[in-house]
Amino acid sequence: MELQKFTYDNKITRLFMNATILWGIVGMLVGLTIALELVFPLMSGGISWLSFGRLRPLHTNAVIFAFVGNGLFTGIYYSAPRLLKTPMFSELLGKIHFWGWQLIIVAAALTLPFGFTVGKEYAELEWPIDIAIALIWVVFGINLIMTTVKRRTKHIYVAIWFYIATFVTVAVLHIVNSINIPVSLLKSYPIYAGVQDALVQWWYGHNAVAFFLTTPYLGMMYYFIPKAANRPVYSYKLSIIHFWALIFLYIWAGPHHLLYTALPDWAQALGVVFSVMLIAPSWGGMINGLLTLRGAWDKVRESPVLKMFVVAVTAYGMSTFEGPLLSLKSVNAISHFTDWTIAHVHIGALGWNGMMTFGMLYWLFPRIYKTQLFSTKLANIHFWLATTGMLFFAIPLYFAGFAQSLMWKEFTADGYLKYPNFIETVTQVIPMYGIRILGGTLYITGVIIMIFNLIKTANAGTFVATEDDEAPALESHASVIDKGHRTLEGKPLLFTLLALAAILIGGIIEFVPMFMVKSNIPTISSVKPYTPLELEGRDIYIREGCYNCHSQMIRPFRSEVERYGDYTKAGETVYDHPFQFGSKRTGPDLAREGVKTGPLYKPNSWHYNHFFSPQKLVAESIMPPFPWLIANELDYSKISKKISVMQTLGVPYPEGYANQAKDELLKQANEIAQGLRNEGIDVTDTKEVIALIAYIQRLGTDIHRTDGSSAFTNK
Amino acid sequence: MKIIANTLENIAGIEWYPIIGLFIFLIFFIVLIIRVMYLGQDEVQELSQLPLDRNDNFVKEPNNQLN
Repeated sequence: MELQKFTYDNKITRLFMNATILWGIVGMLVGLTIALELVFPLMSGGISWLSFGRLRPLHTNAVIFAFVGNGLFTGIYYSAPRLLKTPMFSELLGKIHFWGWQLIIVAAALTLPFGFTVGKEYAELEWPIDIAIALIWVVFGINLIMTTVKRRTKHIYVAIWFYIATFVTVAVLHIVNSINIPVSLLKSYPIYAGVQDALVQWWYGHNAVAFFLTTPYLGMMYYFIPKAANRPVYSYKLSIIHFWALIFLYIWAGPHHLLYTALPDWAQALGVVFSVMLIAPSWGGMINGLLTLRGAWDKVRESPVLKMFVVAVTAYGMSTFEGPLLSLKSVNAISHFTDWTIAHVHIGALGWNGMMTFGMLYWLFPRIYKTQLFSTKLANIHFWLATTGMLFFAIPLYFAGFAQSLMWKEFTADGYLKYPNFIETVTQVIPMYGIRILGGTLYITGVIIMIFNLIKTANAGTFVATEDDEAPALESHASVIDKGHRTLEGKPLLFTLLALAAILIGGIIEFVPMFMVKSNIPTISSVKPYTPLELEGRDIYIREGCYNCHSQMIRPFRSEVERYGDYTKAGETVYDHPFQFGSKRTGPDLAREGVKTGPLYKPNSWHYNHFFSPQKLVAESIMPPFPWLIANELDYSKISKKISVMQTLGVPYPEGYANQAKDELLKQANEIAQGLRNEGIDVTDTKEVIALIAYIQRLGTDIHRTDGSSAFTNK
Repeated sequence: MKIIANTLENIAGIEWYPIIGLFIFLIFFIVLIIRVMYLGQDEVQELSQLPLDRNDNFVKEPNNQLN
């Protein structure tokens, strides 16, 4: 059997490795900044691009797509060629992939803080960047799949399946969720609205966790843990079941993010059932990872790499146990909209993704630089800082989530809300936010120590740009007779198609009835499109990232109806491109903020002063001030185009309304501004704050309109 | 799209969708288990050795000698 010689390229691995470290520290520092802002709300100093609502999407995008993204590419570009006994298919595609991905990250950093956002969580980037992501992702996919096709091994190891599933599913998720109609270069509206938009978004959001943060890292677990422990995976059969069951079940679970909302009950039930079933493959994977260390546990004591991996896999097990629990309606009733969710995702991000990445880096650096790790002691210190940091982060937030939720729900003996002022429940959890900052600081300190350690390691060694290997050509395996699952493993393209089918079945069964069956979203005749000024106000609401702290979804609980007003109906959201349900209540729900007879109603002047300085009106408020809304002139030059796009999306503005939108806008702005001037506030008609007030005062009022009149004057 | 939307507008038995979903998974899972049971021990052995057949543990970390 003739052996063919070939080389593995470590240059691309090194590029991704360095990018992982760079964006990791950036993403974490932005996270620390926004954690500080919750305790010191005036910290942003009235600078728009430093405000919480604008930086929080930057934090989530940086950690998910920049840190973990580059981390998973590091793992794939290192392990895939070695598992397939061939170099990556194309060095050029690898370079395009690397630099394209970094440019996308830079583009995100240059748009999100400046308010260019679609307003859907983890999918905030505007349409030109979305297109770039799709193209670069395809480049990555071609490189990966062609490497698999060109391999020299007969069979494809389980890690590669996880990589392929990652590519296929993320492509589908990203494209389906990002279909928007542009208004301008950096502004677009999603084609879906309200509840349907929410379903698509959380199908995407949940599976971004599944197929961006989980499956590629599971592939890396199946490669790097055996490597680091020098032992084969505990059960290869279990890994096959793990893979198929996981990708098949995950795709259905998205609706668990929308429990008790206006989403139809059948879809909620579907999400719950599949989420509970997910425990099985998730724990199968965790057990498989941990038991790979059987007989090698003594090594864990000595090796920081294995320590990191053990904590990572344990954190994976904890958060995949917690996830299904949070999907139970009774638990979700307490946890949803609280800091419990933030704690949950950080067990995953800091524990699973963070620790897997650090372990991998500590393992890779000495090998790529052909030297010893500079200091095992420092790596151990990093391990303890990361582990305690994670706990100091999450545990206070579990307390905060529980405490605040129970306060929201508590009634007095006389049947009134015990804490009717939302702010009373906020002040209770501020100390927990303080401890969270300590946790985050410990974690970041560990990362800084790691960077020092790895730089010293790199300086001490010599970079090995390429590594030689040899293996027989694929054809020499042809005589082996296949049976069972191995047939499938030998055919990467068929395998890719089957993985695609597995994930599409769930999506289609959820989506088709949701979009096609009218009875899912009962129409409400009094619900009308937004006026031009309200639409501009809504765009400012999205730009400022208000949805990061305020929900617009009153669940049908006595405590919520009492506090916020009538629960939200699906039919009220039909013109919301995008939906703005939110996922966290750092501040109160705003779904019925504009209802004059409602429990939350505030006059225009209150809102004006509150945007200028929340603390002047609510001393303990942790909302940042928005002085730029008061100062900025409203740019309404695109209002006609916006109305036309809305019409394209099916919002029933009368024909020709786009042409008169500007006049309507100015008329309504004048009414609001005049009202403010009458109360002694010095304001001109066309300030941004006027549009935002118009939108806020519209919220939730549709079903309270009794005269049957339209929200806009032209019928 | 209109034609499909109108046809499906009054679809009956929407409550069966979750059941169908579960059913598809159940069949899929049973087939999967049977196929995995077919795998011979030697094949499993060979597959699980794939990451390990190349020794790149050429470095010796001070307290991390795993070979």
